[in-house]
Amino acid sequence: MKLTVWTYEGPPHVGAMRVATGMKGLHYVLHAPQGDTYADLLFTMIERRDHRPPVTYTTFQARDLGADTAGLFKDACQDAYDRFKPEAIIVGASCTAELIQDDPGGLAETMGLDIPVIPLELPSYQRKENFGADETFFQIVKHLAKPMEKTVRFSCNIIGPTALGFRHRDDVQEITNLLFELGIEVNVTGPMGATPSDIAKMGQAHFNVLLYPETGEMAARYCEKEFGQPYTKVVPIGVAATHDFIDEVRALSGSIVQLDSDRLRQTWWSRSVDSTYLTGKRVFIFGDGTHVKAAARVARDEMGFKVVGIGCYNREFARDIRALAKDYGVEALITDDYLLVEKTIEDLQPEMILGTQMERHIGKRLGIPCAVISAPVHVQDFPARYSPQMGFEGANVLFDTWIHPLVMGLEEHLLHMFRDDFEFNDAAGPSHHGGAVQHDKPKPEAPAADNVIWLSDAERELKKIPFFVRGKARRNTEFYAAEKGVAEISVDTLYEAKAHFAR
Amino acid sequence: MTEIPPSISGGCRSAPVLKQRGQREVFCGLTGIIWLHRKMQDAFFLVVGSRTCAHLLQSAAGVMIFAEPRFGTAILEESDLAGLNDAHAELDREVATLLARRPDIRQLFLVGSCPSEVIKLDLNRAAERLTQEYAPKVRVLEYSGSGIETTFTQGEDACLAAMVPVLPRTEARNLVVVGALPDVVEDQMLSLIDGLGIDTVHVLPSRTIDSDIAVGPNTVFALTQPFLGDTHAALVRRGARHIAAPFPMGEEGTTEWLAALAAEFELDDATFEAVTEAPRRRARQAVAKAAETLNGKSVFFFPDSQLEIPLARFLTRECGMTALEVGSPYIHDTIHGPDLDLLPAGPQISEGQDVDLQLDRCRAAQPDLTVCGLGLANPLEAEGLSTKWAIELVFTPVHFYEQAGDLASLFARPLRRKSILGVAAE
Repeated sequence: MKLTVWTYEGPPHVGAMRVATGMKGLHYVLHAPQGDTYADLLFTMIERRDHRPPVTYTTFQARDLGADTAGLFKDACQDAYDRFKPEAIIVGASCTAELIQDDPGGLAETMGLDIPVIPLELPSYQRKENFGADETFFQIVKHLAKPMEKTVRFSCNIIGPTALGFRHRDDVQEITNLLFELGIEVNVTGPMGATPSDIAKMGQAHFNVLLYPETGEMAARYCEKEFGQPYTKVVPIGVAATHDFIDEVRALSGSIVQLDSDRLRQTWWSRSVDSTYLTGKRVFIFGDGTHVKAAARVARDEMGFKVVGIGCYNREFARDIRALAKDYGVEALITDDYLLVEKTIEDLQPEMILGTQMERHIGKRLGIPCAVISAPVHVQDFPARYSPQMGFEGANVLFDTWIHPLVMGLEEHLLHMFRDDFEFNDAAGPSHHGGAVQHDKPKPEAPAADNVIWLSDAERELKKIPFFVRGKARRNTEFYAAEKGVAEISVDTLYEAKAHFAR
Repeated sequence: MTEIPPSISGGCRSAPVLKQRGQREVFCGLTGIIWLHRKMQDAFFLVVGSRTCAHLLQSAAGVMIFAEPRFGTAILEESDLAGLNDAHAELDREVATLLARRPDIRQLFLVGSCPSEVIKLDLNRAAERLTQEYAPKVRVLEYSGSGIETTFTQGEDACLAAMVPVLPRTEARNLVVVGALPDVVEDQMLSLIDGLGIDTVHVLPSRTIDSDIAVGPNTVFALTQPFLGDTHAALVRRGARHIAAPFPMGEEGTTEWLAALAAEFELDDATFEAVTEAPRRRARQAVAKAAETLNGKSVFFFPDSQLEIPLARFLTRECGMTALEVGSPYIHDTIHGPDLDLLPAGPQISEGQDVDLQLDRCRAAQPDLTVCGLGLANPLEAEGLSTKWAIELVFTPVHFYEQAGDLASLFARPLRRKSILGVAAE
């Protein structure tokens, strides 16, 4: 057993729901107890879908257990078939049904429905949501896609976008447009937006664009093997990655069409003088493997930040993230325990966090600015406006999103000059956040290291350091004092340490 | 006492109930933890379940999960399923870690889930063993919030029913009021009861384990929530007697509820009038304002929390609405009867659910307002129906006089919004 309060990923059948809900004309019959329908509201509320997810739950109860849960499953299957007339159904079990061993796949196959029935094996006690999505889409492709004559015009499939995917809606549009500009047709986009009959036609594309390895890699590999379709390895998040992606697509397609990157503003925004203050800002990056990899590159090479830590919660990407961490000379954190993430952030004292909904809250608690780069996210990260992460417009969106939580450059200088100004001090918070931050609860400043005492004038001096670097200054000073065997921190110690750690 | 307006053409108590089985779009009892842990300040709720359970709590708790909540899930792993013996050792270890980290915890609830019930993990014995180990500092109890046994608010019922057997015994004549209410509402209630002149009152659940609540053969109890069937039975087993009454929602419901207490304790009418007159007037005024929007409109209830019957009674009798269907996950005659008596005949009363068939009925009925869960609300809005999501009725202060206006507003707001946004009300 493992004590858990917050989980970065849901169970694997939620991943299967994400595939089913993203698609059209497909129905999911899920053997599950009453109550598992809670997952519907992830789609209807967080993503604001205007339809119920295409999922029928058997909703068995205690009184059914001794009796005929298998019969219940067949009835649910038949009802779903009669009512929704899907082109294909996927069947599987949730964690509880896995324990009662009814074999939904076998049961559904004996019913002789005249549509494809795709059984799912999703081990609930070993794997999680992303695996569930990846495996489900792979099974759908494996059951439905057939080798076909390639299209006359050069075409590709887009693989990986699902329901409840972070910015999938707009990423798909951005990349579809980019491919069109390169003269490449999109044959099928899946799972999102595809019907089972679309999936059947996947084989006629020349190659595949894999947007989200977490939810599409197994299907991409299968297509490579079965239909001879190579797939793209670069995820086009950030300017450089988008250019690499374009090169990759050109190599796969022979396209030589010139692209118009007039709309790309991020590069100039990042070079303009007001961005100078971003140089060397220390960022900690956490999320799913794909978004973390992309964000690290953007942070270091396109924003001029210093990456001080990276990590991911999906163990499928542990190896990649560890290798990347080596490149960046940092420690990789592979965990799904948010308390460990919180502790790491506290130890590192970054000036900014790029993470998930959870890190946003950790940042709030520690007083560190945070921008969201990865699922799991809340309703505000399914915005009404167009806001991709990918491609050139995605780069613009990233710049704005990441900069917004930071104190603007000029303001930072003014805060330095007028540290104790009566109305313009850090207790008032950054002015573009409406000022007047409520400081009814003092921020939990980390307790002093063992045996080190802050003298009161040094404590006062520390308070004059702008809040966004104060935690780091405190930690450095204590570290320095401990190293030098100093038991009391004076103002001098503070400045000695500052000189010692000067960047 | 007060004049009960005669019910129009008889009530619904003997109306035929439509019982359907099929897919149910409801929460399981684990969700009760979300508000119970706020109510019981020294309690921790440890669910023994799967990642699905943790995910559900996280989805239902929204942002609360970040306020160091006093609940968590011990997620079963493959090794736990392989053999039962070490499941207890695993649980002991997790509990030890937990109690070491949270020394402020005085009550620990082991909450059963579908997976733990299916593998027949004996949490009852675990609770007994752990109680012995951590007594007197911590009391460990066990109940099931699994979906196979409980629906949404029944989780609170199961929790309170688990507490009843361990309550101290008393011979004194006392009143126990049962149901977790928001603190502000509970205070209003206690002040009304105090005003009437009933002096020994306890609330279950109490805010901490240290309260002096006790139960015995001279205890009478009243319910503030309609989903407390098992707790009702457990109290009756301890010799306590139930005071039947409609639920204290709206001006009429609150007055009837208090009147039943007054009758039980043989209090005089003059005091009753003096105590209730002003808040009744306020409640009627507040409801009248919201009722302008609701008057003459029809309402359809999907089953969710067992609050549907008292709410339908309030909306029809105090706000001028017409109920088309009133669906409840369970109907308990002793508990829901007094409200059913007052509910004007007409609506289809339904128990349980086959959600697709019920959706068909709802579409055919085209109600002005549909009360349903979050899985159905946006899809029905997209079809042009106005909805009020039901969970808010459990999470918002809605009981007793001062909240009567707020309660009516909860239903009026979606209709007002629709007219503001200029959406055709068809």
